[in-house]
Amino acid sequence: MTWGLVLGLALGAYSFKVLGMVVLGQRKLPPVLDRCLTLIPAALIAALIAKDTLAIGQQLVIDERLAGVAAAVVAAWRRLPVIVVIVIGATVTAVLRQIR
Amino acid sequence: MLDPRSRAVLTTSITLGFAVGVFAVLFGVSAVAAGATTWQACAMSLLVFTGASQFSAVAVIAGGGSVASALGGALLLAARNGVFGLTMSRSLPGRLTTRLIAAQLTIDESTAMATSQDEPYLRRLAFWATGISVYVFWNLGTLIGALAGSAIDPTTYGLDAAIPSAFVAMLWPHLRTVNGRRAAALGAALCIATTPFLPVGLPILVAATAVFVAVPAPAADQMVAPR
Repeated sequence: MTWGLVLGLALGAYSFKVLGMVVLGQRKLPPVLDRCLTLIPAALIAALIAKDTLAIGQQLVIDERLAGVAAAVVAAWRRLPVIVVIVIGATVTAVLRQIR
Repeated sequence: MLDPRSRAVLTTSITLGFAVGVFAVLFGVSAVAAGATTWQACAMSLLVFTGASQFSAVAVIAGGGSVASALGGALLLAARNGVFGLTMSRSLPGRLTTRLIAAQLTIDESTAMATSQDEPYLRRLAFWATGISVYVFWNLGTLIGALAGSAIDPTTYGLDAAIPSAFVAMLWPHLRTVNGRRAAALGAALCIATTPFLPVGLPILVAATAVFVAVPAPAADQMVAPR
């Protein structure tokens, strides 16, 4: 591990954040792009869920996570508080892993 | 006195921060095992503050990879924060200094928490509370892991499922509209379909293109009324 990597990564990662939040974010965008932006969270959060539930690196894997997240879906559908949804997802996954 | 919704936002942000912090301990341990000093591990968490990128960089170095390939893979994972920053900038008006600080806190968790709120003040509160909570736990966890040299395995407690479960709850409000449901379904499908073929980090960016397909038609008041 070198300081070059630490600082290079710090600079790169912050540049992406600033590019979005400050550079592009303060500009007026074409209305069609602004409408697209309102849907970005839906697309990206769904993609993050899919990745965290089914992927390990480049591999697609079905394991206990799927059952845990499925339980979380039911909990969210029943309109339980976020904190409860988190605990249910983690607990179901952990318990199934213990049983296996 | 805080209203119940603000209190719920704060409780969730602390819970989420704690879950992420357990992974930070693991990061601290892995970084030191890959040859980083405690200072380097902590500097990474303080300055980079992008979990996926940090884990990826450490894994490449631990596997004997070059600095360039570690940097390339990690930056690919950091790119989505640019998209999140652009999205969040609409809900976070403020001075340049405020925005520069907000930029550093722009990560998956803070953006997801903020965009799932339907009131502007809750959106701002959720962003800052989650961003700061995760930042504190992430850096504390890294320090503990780097010093202790051993960590509990987060999978034992199902914490690897805790984060997608939180995202499920945060996705829910986005599913109220047809366009939101379309964007979500397409985003998830694109991510999974491309995962086996693309370098880690890219599938999430590909998923963002779902919005161009799901884009809502112009609101009626923006269109020129036919006569």
